[in-house]
Order: sequence, then structure tokens, then C-alpha cells
Amino acid sequence: MTLRAHASGTVLITGISGRFGRLLTRHLHRSHPVVGIDRRPFPEAPRDVVLHRADIRSRRAEDVFRTTPIETVIHLNVMHNPREMGTDSHRFNLVGTRHILDLCVRYGVHKLIVLSTANLYGASPDTMRYLAEDAPLLEGARSSLGRDLVELDMLCSSFFWQHPEVETVILRPVHLIGSVQNAPSNYLRLPKVPLLMGFDPIVQVIHEDDVVQALRLTLTPGAKGVFNVGGPPAVPLSTLLALFGKTTVKVPHVIFEPLARRMWRSGLWSFPPDQLDHLKFACMVDDARIRKELGYSPTRSLEDIASLLR
Amino acid sequence: MTPGIIEKILETARDPDIAERIDRVSRANLNAYGFDAFGYSPDYMKSIVPVVAVFYRHYFRVTVHHMERVPTSGRTLLIANHSGQLPVDGAMLGASMLLDLDPPRMLRAMVERWVPTLPVVSTFMARCGQVLGTPENCRALLEDEECILAFPEGAAGISKTWDKRYQLQPFGYGFMRLALETGTPIVPVAVVGAEEQAINLFDWKAAARLVGAPAFPVTPFTPFVGPLGLLPMPVHYHILFGEPMQLVGDADDEDGRIGRLVRKVKHAIGSLVDEGLALRKGVFR
Repeated sequence: MTLRAHASGTVLITGISGRFGRLLTRHLHRSHPVVGIDRRPFPEAPRDVVLHRADIRSRRAEDVFRTTPIETVIHLNVMHNPREMGTDSHRFNLVGTRHILDLCVRYGVHKLIVLSTANLYGASPDTMRYLAEDAPLLEGARSSLGRDLVELDMLCSSFFWQHPEVETVILRPVHLIGSVQNAPSNYLRLPKVPLLMGFDPIVQVIHEDDVVQALRLTLTPGAKGVFNVGGPPAVPLSTLLALFGKTTVKVPHVIFEPLARRMWRSGLWSFPPDQLDHLKFACMVDDARIRKELGYSPTRSLEDIASLLR
Repeated sequence: MTPGIIEKILETARDPDIAERIDRVSRANLNAYGFDAFGYSPDYMKSIVPVVAVFYRHYFRVTVHHMERVPTSGRTLLIANHSGQLPVDGAMLGASMLLDLDPPRMLRAMVERWVPTLPVVSTFMARCGQVLGTPENCRALLEDEECILAFPEGAAGISKTWDKRYQLQPFGYGFMRLALETGTPIVPVAVVGAEEQAINLFDWKAAARLVGAPAFPVTPFTPFVGPLGLLPMPVHYHILFGEPMQLVGDADDEDGRIGRLVRKVKHAIGSLVDEGLALRKGVFR
């Protein structure tokens, strides 16, 4: 496959005011004209970024497509914060994404990039290793949070096949660590990090900057399909926490699982109990495809990720 | 107890040669932090292997025959008879590859589906390079030119009852399909001695279901010491390696044809078992 130089058309970022959206904007706005849609404000937005305060499900979102010729849509407006998950987020994520997909077709958007996650392959005792992009997404089996995001990923995958005229990219990075509010980052920010006694799965994490890098690479014309994105070398969870200088508490899982549910419901604790399987079993993905096809290579080490959490 | 045995045990436990041998094992598939994708860590094993070596040299007094037949590099599949109630045979085979093969190789055993669900055990097994025995995992390791150990008898082999000792149980066909697909030579192996290390009178199925285990062996000692009755007796181990077999065929062939190839391997293991039984002087000597 021969790839042309980076496209320079207008990029629309949905969910631009989220923490990852803001980070991405700061990396993109010098090379591309950037337009953003979000319900939330983006106070310190760069001057050249056009921000539309709108819900992606609304008619006003369509107006953005109608008034601006858009080459690329980067769809980040997916609620990942486990604390806010519920019927509301379910509707928002699926109805909103559906709307964006429709708009992409109707207004001739050239490329669509969706940020999904590699956690969707699910962690279970018999999860195979080196999960490639065609592995089944099993995370939904146990958690409602996962079910939501699996459905969203599938929605975009079938869109990829139904609409070959839109270059669709689905990025599945491993546990994204950074300023974002997602389960792994919340877990690592806990003052005392719980470990399940006797379980020490090997884990993969990725620095938010490397996700930005992968996203930029997929902007290359011609790049399409599903890509797993890995970070620095995988290490056991206990080694990772030691590298991060975290104090850990080892708890037996038989006591801890019911307790974690209780604490989660009462708001004492920010790690969703549905995700406890990720502390027990490994979910190792293989990102050979993006490395080979787009020349991706992580630039941030585990030490860099550690400094994000301090 | 023979005088001097304590000194010998301590000497093995402190043997600097063991760590040096682990350092010589290929690190081709390890990342910068010394782990592979399955969580295997040779550095962790430096604290485990000396303990295993004590059992290898002084408790089971393992005698290895025809070690020179084992390829020292490239993808290899060791296929052995399975027995002993606890997977000591796997541990001793792994130890023989580290302690008696030159250059030493790391043996990656394929384990039961039950193992990764257990706390402590799952972590321990993963660090020691043991891998859940799915075809995908096995294929990935063979493509990484690793040396794999599989027991095609599976759970039926390890928990066989006393009256069935040295009778090979039906073999699974999965290993053969993988060997054909990846062009891997198969080394048949016989472990003699392990079949007598624990006396399984009968397999208590109801109790097995209760604890979620594949089997619940009841030994003569079970009424007195419970699960400790499974601990192996100090039998003398003989490990016999056969000539590597490079089989050819279609990996997706029907079961009948694959079965014929599997029987060749089973037959080779059977002859090695007979050879081992003939050359030993007794169960404990």
C-alpha cells in the first residue's frame, strides 16, 4: 500500500472538551484546521479552533456538518467514565454515535476515526494471548460498562463494511493512562491500590501521548480498519505498581469482590467492580498491524507514564 | 538418613551453577523488563529452580536417558505420558531441560484450563513459563521457536488410578494437528516412576465437582491426612527421550488419518516406557 502525505483537510473532533479531546486538539491544531463539538465548555481552547457547544445527537450538530466542509471526523464523544455509566450514557453513546455515522455518510466525510479500547477483548482465565484485531469482544459478558462499549465498537465495525466510501478507523489502545477519567487511570490514582491476593496478571498500559501519535498516523490517507495499539513492554501488575511507586494492599478476592460492589455503590471508591477481572486475568493484545502498516512505535516508557500519575 | 545428605541438599540449594544456567537460556522472546507475553520470567525462576533441583537430585534422584536426542534450538514439541496426581512429572522434565541439557532450554508446559482460575498457583505457573493449553497459545509459542511440553492424556492421565499405572490413556489429537501445521518435530518422552508416586484408589467424582477440580483422587492416606495424601513418595524417576519424529501430513485432515499419526507417537512413548521399566531395579532404587 502506498500512502500519500498527511491529509490536511478540516478535522472535526466530537467530545473535544474531554481531557483526551483537549490533548489531541493541542497536538493537531497547528497542522490541521480543527472544529469541535461538545456539550461542555473548552475554556482554554487555542484561538484557531472553532468550537460548537452542542449535543452530538442534536440538529445543531448537523448544522456543523452542513456549514463546514469536513474531511475527517475523530469521534471521541463516548462516555468512558465508569462513574457516569447508566441508561443515560448508554443512550448517549449509541444514539450519538449512530447520528455521527449517518452524518458522515450524508455529508461525504472522507475519513472517520473512532477511539475504542482493547479492554473489550475481555480478561478471563482462558483469554488467549496475542489477541489480534479479529479476536471476539468478550468484555460485555460480565459488565454493563463493557456491553455498552462493545456494542459501540460493533456499530462502527459494521459501518466500516457497509460504507466503503468512508475510510473508517477503529483504534483499540490498551489501558490508556493519563489525565482521563477511565477505569485504569482511576485505579492507578487510588491512594492505596488494591491487589487481589494470589493474582498478578501481566498488563499493558499506554501513555496518552502515544494514543495521540497512533491517531495521527491513522490520519494518513488509505489507512483504514481496526488497529490495536500497544504501549511500552507488558509487565505484571505488581511490577507496574512498584515502578509507579504505589502503596498496595493485598486482599483476598472472596472478601474483596462483594466489598468492592458495596463501596462502589456508596461512592466511597472509584474503581468499577465489573472491572475486577482485569486485576485477575490478562488481556494481552498484539499490535503488529499498526506497527507494520503505519510504522507506529510507542515513544513513552513506563517511567513517563509513572510521572503522569504523580 | 545417610550422613551428609543435608550437606548435599544445601549444596544444591546454593549451587551458583543453576542461576548461571538460567542466564544461558534464550531470552529472544522477552521484553526489556524480562517478561514474555505469558508472564514468564527467568529471573523469578532463579528463586524457584534451586528448590526444584533439590527434589530433582535428592528426592526423586532423576536419571535421564538419551538427553542428546533433544534438539537444543528451534521449535520442539515434547510429548510425554502423564501421571502422578500432582504435575511433578512436568516439573522434573522442565528441570531436566534446565539442569542436564547443554545449552539449557526453557520448557513451556501446556496446563489445564482449571489452573489460571486459581489464586497463587496461576501466578506461580505463569512466572515459571507454564501456559494455558489452548491451540492459539501453543501455535504462538511454536512460532516463537519455543520448546513445548504437552501431555495428550490430559486430566485422564494425571489422575489415573493405581490399577491403570503405565497404561497410556487415550491421546488427544490437538498436538498432532499443531505439529503438522507448524512443521514441528515431536520428541516422545517417557517418565517412569511418576506413575507410582501416589496411590490413587479411586476418583471421587462428586467431591471433584464440589471443589471444581478435574478430579478428586482418594489415596490410602486421604482418610488420615486429607489432600496431603497426594504428596509424592520418593520414587526413583527415569526420564527417557526418544528420537525426534518429523511427521508430515495435512493438519486439517480427518480424525482417522491424524489418529494414525498419533498412534505412532503413542507407540513410541509406550516402547520408551517399557524400556524404562526394564532397566530400573525397583520403584524406589
